[in-house]
Amino acid sequence: MEVKNKTISFNYFRRKATNILMLFVSFSAAVITIIPLILIFYYTIAQGIAHLNIDFFTKLPTPVGESGGGMVNAIVGTLILIAIGGGIGIPVGIMTGTYLSEFGKNKFGALVRFLTDVLSGVPSIVVGVVAYTLVVIPMKHFSALAGGVALAILMIPTITRTTEEMIKLVPHSYREAGLALGIPKWKTTVMIVLKTAWKGIATGILLGLSRAAGETAPLLFTALGNRFWSTNVFQPIASLTVYIYEYSTAPFKDWNDQAWTAALVLILLISLLSLIFRIITRSKYKT
Amino acid sequence: MLNSPGESLKERESFEKIQSYFKKSKEKKTSGFLNKILGNNNLGDIIFERLTLLFAVLVFSLVIFMGWEMYSHSVLSIKQFGLNFLVNSTWDPAITQVFGALPMIFGTIVSSLIGLIIAVPLGLSVAVFLSELAPAWLEKPLSFLTELLAGIPSVIYGLWGIFVLVPWLRDVVEPFLQNEFPNSPFFQGAPYGYGMLAAGLILSIMVLPIISSISRDILKSVPDAQREAAYALGATRWEVTKIVLSNARSGLLGAIMLGFGRAIGETMAVTMVIGNRAGISASLFDPSYTMASVLANEFTEATTDLYLNALIELALVLFIITILINMLAHLLVWSTERKWK
Repeated sequence: MEVKNKTISFNYFRRKATNILMLFVSFSAAVITIIPLILIFYYTIAQGIAHLNIDFFTKLPTPVGESGGGMVNAIVGTLILIAIGGGIGIPVGIMTGTYLSEFGKNKFGALVRFLTDVLSGVPSIVVGVVAYTLVVIPMKHFSALAGGVALAILMIPTITRTTEEMIKLVPHSYREAGLALGIPKWKTTVMIVLKTAWKGIATGILLGLSRAAGETAPLLFTALGNRFWSTNVFQPIASLTVYIYEYSTAPFKDWNDQAWTAALVLILLISLLSLIFRIITRSKYKT
Repeated sequence: MLNSPGESLKERESFEKIQSYFKKSKEKKTSGFLNKILGNNNLGDIIFERLTLLFAVLVFSLVIFMGWEMYSHSVLSIKQFGLNFLVNSTWDPAITQVFGALPMIFGTIVSSLIGLIIAVPLGLSVAVFLSELAPAWLEKPLSFLTELLAGIPSVIYGLWGIFVLVPWLRDVVEPFLQNEFPNSPFFQGAPYGYGMLAAGLILSIMVLPIISSISRDILKSVPDAQREAAYALGATRWEVTKIVLSNARSGLLGAIMLGFGRAIGETMAVTMVIGNRAGISASLFDPSYTMASVLANEFTEATTDLYLNALIELALVLFIITILINMLAHLLVWSTERKWK
């Protein structure tokens, strides 16, 4: 009897020890995951802030060897690119999301849902190649439009799936109330359902836009980049991300420094975008 | 009680008839969109549904169209090289114009595997911590932080890789590995910092949040009844977690594959640290090349039609690989999450 008790207590002790060990391991994994995040933010802020000045937001890039200058063309370029991308991607995403949630309870809906998920896994550089064959080859030169098309394709899955999920959250009684008043279904969907889900959809749009603002690969051979001031959508246009890539791989110290600043400005721009969006969606629907 | 003694058989029959009629009409209303259109005379409704359908068809055909578009622009190279494109290891745009993608396929798969070897154990541990062990006040900020990691643009990872990770590897990690394992084939050659090891490490950082956040969602979809049953049998927390993990394993495999798909297609961060030289070598210190980074580097420099066609074919190969991986991964994730619905 005593021997049996001893093995039980030993076994119990072993299980307890494994338990504590594994708890510790998974906790330290969580800590390890956070370390790169802290390091990346630390370096971007510390290195970026050192060369952050008014010139960066007001002046054009200088030629090699000449210090100073800024990236005002790239900041405006990034905004134009995501505006084109959003202009195409947001309506497509919202309409497809509406179809999936309101009419998509059939096999075709399931297929579209599945393909949207698959589309979100397609590498952004492949999307860039498609935009190249689709827009750049027929136009015979690089353009902001081509970059915007690539970004639109990248935004569609995010916006579609968020719209669908958010519309699904709207209680069924809202639709029934609308229909009971004799409002046609399409008006109920647009005026009541979409309006109720708007806040959530806006979050999805924002997510899509901020991801697009951080994309580089699909712009390399669509929007290309431009060292001069340009807002023409049919001409090559500069963007912050492409500048970060070019300036960080160049062998000039002051270009490398500016790459860090551009990275900081990009992060600030994305944060600012989300702030503006939050304010717009909040002031419209005070509860 | 329902059938009171006074109720005749006839009355009951007619009641059932009425009931079944209502049932049928209800089914009719909800089945298929054809019925909906026929039963609905509002023109606006028909137009609205057709319009949203049009966009859904657009998204549906987009995926197929992308594949066809790349195929039709790479016909030259497909005709010239055939399947040799995938097994030939010569990539020579300058003189002979022979294009074989084997070194890039090798570089893509090896760098992604290195990334996964590091990211999978870490990512799964984080998922376990977030869904099973962490107290509520710690779970939310930690989830937020890991998702923030997924939102950083990949070019910023690359920037950080060039100026922080690569010098650290060159000065600290690689000399240390060479001293410790002087005969290992994996740690040969001059430690430049740029190379396969740097690419694998940066991929592991980038893939980790994807694996951990999807795995966390899957673990959370496992019903609590399973945990409670295990606790009731006297299991410790870790033992309960093991049961949860084994029940969710196909979904977790899907999460890992989604991470793999992401690593294969990752372009900027890898291009900036992998060294960009085609070659197949066992050493992790040697520079390498991935399919995505070839596209990023050489696309605008393609001078001949054949060269451009070969690059587009490379994009097509990348597209097909990632589509297949993603399809399989999503099916796995869906089937697991649906199991408990």
